[in-house]
Amino acid sequence: MKTRYHWMIMCALVTASGCSSVGVKPWERNLLAREDMLMDADALDLAFDEHIYFSKEASSGGQGFAGGGCGCN
Amino acid sequence: MRKILLLLLLAASPVKAEIYDISQLDLKNHQGKVVYLDFWASWCKPCQRSFPWMNGLLNKYPAENFTVITVNLDAESEAMHEFLGKVPANFDIYHDPSGQIAEQFQVEGMPTSYLIDTSGKVVKKHIGFYTKHIDKYEREIEELL
Repeated sequence: MKTRYHWMIMCALVTASGCSSVGVKPWERNLLAREDMLMDADALDLAFDEHIYFSKEASSGGQGFAGGGCGCN
Repeated sequence: MRKILLLLLLAASPVKAEIYDISQLDLKNHQGKVVYLDFWASWCKPCQRSFPWMNGLLNKYPAENFTVITVNLDAESEAMHEFLGKVPANFDIYHDPSGQIAEQFQVEGMPTSYLIDTSGKVVKKHIGFYTKHIDKYEREIEELL
């Protein structure tokens, strides 16, 4: 019983600390700032995706992001 | 005449940036001066836009009262050297690939700059660089000089 209790505490601690360091620091965003990391880096690919989305959902747009990922906007 | 022009051009060309390791950065050495401390990286476009202005600052304000110190946060130094080949700089650059100083200063965006007064206290923090705010940045520096 006692070991189970310890296990539960351990699991709770591990779960709680999982979110303690989420996200990249501003200076670590070099890869995100690359042009090929843009959501719309490939125009043709984007056109295909939007066409499929439009066909399925009967709505379009809303896939863009402002800014280049440097966290300064 | 052409030779004289060339000589003049050479004399007027900016001093090349000195690159140091971050362990050599000691802001205490600059106490008594107003310091503009800037954190930048080669992949950051607003940082690139701030370079001509920061180069101009050193010519605009007297060196005995004011200095510009920048910290490069590129993980790889090649990226920094490549960038400096394209964008000239005349201020000292400290390379901090692990971001230890950035962590200390709690850099929130790229670029982030700090204005440090003569006693070594941070008095202003700017996140990002906006050419439309250049007047404001300069006014803040002049207030401290």
